[in-house]
Amino acid sequence: MAKQVKVYSTSTCPFCIRAKQFLKDNNIIFEDIDVAGNQAAAEEMIKISGQMGVPVLDIEGEIIIGFDKEKIKENLGI
Amino acid sequence: MFDLIIIGAGPAGITAGIYAARRGIDFLVITKDIGGQAAWSSEIENYTGYQFISGPELAKKFEEHIRKYNIALKENEEVIELKKIDGTVSLKTDKGLYEARTVIIASGKKSRELNVPGEKEFKNKGLTYCATCDGPLFSGKDVAVIGAGNSALDAALQLINIAKQVYLINIASDLGGDAIMRKKVEESKAITILNNTQVTVILGDKMVNGIKIKREGKEEVLSVQGVFVEIGLIPNSGFTKEVEKNQRGEIKVNCRNETSISGIFAAGDVTDVPEKQIIIAAGEGSKAALSVFRYLVQHK
Repeated sequence: MAKQVKVYSTSTCPFCIRAKQFLKDNNIIFEDIDVAGNQAAAEEMIKISGQMGVPVLDIEGEIIIGFDKEKIKENLGI
Repeated sequence: MFDLIIIGAGPAGITAGIYAARRGIDFLVITKDIGGQAAWSSEIENYTGYQFISGPELAKKFEEHIRKYNIALKENEEVIELKKIDGTVSLKTDKGLYEARTVIIASGKKSRELNVPGEKEFKNKGLTYCATCDGPLFSGKDVAVIGAGNSALDAALQLINIAKQVYLINIASDLGGDAIMRKKVEESKAITILNNTQVTVILGDKMVNGIKIKREGKEEVLSVQGVFVEIGLIPNSGFTKEVEKNQRGEIKVNCRNETSISGIFAAGDVTDVPEKQIIIAAGEGSKAALSVFRYLVQHK
């Protein structure tokens, strides 16, 4: 069973684009949450990560801040 | 022992790598990220062959191009110290030790920090160096942009569409940047310009809730939830003490990308090359790799 992946991002952030591209290239299905103009989602992201920088990945409760390729790979086993 | 280690994988480092691979040099790339500052640009319209490309897309193209050669590349690794001892360059990183006959320093630039209390503590907790990335999170909030050059003016103009109130904090008496941008900022009702003003402390609890500023000898607190630091860039050259640098900390190179130490080469924005452009950094990277090739042949 594939892990549930959420990506909190903004459409203008370069590393969000690269993180999402990286997931797509590895055939990972993810929920794309645009926090720009979505206050509830932004607050959720700040709550789970304790900070305000994007992107934030939530891999079944494992929170990864920034486009940290090694951690993403490790958590998804790719 | 490698023949060459390239530090950095922005336009200069990647291009140096492509040339090194094609010349059959045994080399390693050590870098914090791929794409460097180019990856942070939202729109690029002056890289020959592309009438328009975004920073992330160009970074991806760079990565695809260099990976084609099946090279050794260490990502997420930072060089801490570089020394040349008895004809060998030794490198200490946050993950290990390496040796090479030559090195190309292509480590680029990073955002200049304010160096005030609270800055490190509240980084990404309301304080950011990338308005393009994190700006949208400050919808309806009061924010301060620190700086008065083009990047600060650009950040302020992006933020008026998102934030409630934007303060532009300028240490000098007049704004810098292009005349067109300056006019837009001065005409905007949502921007309050504070000239001759210095930021002394970043305040907050869990997140930023204000800044302490000093103007005309008086200190006051400005209530803001976001702080955008846009006070320019500094070269990533701190790990090398021995090579000659200019006053700005940029590594001095000659027209063959040689530094003051034989066997140590440098390319791109970390050097004192006159203009900082993606295409120039790429060209400098190719020159540096070809110089290394010549050096290796001569110093067999």
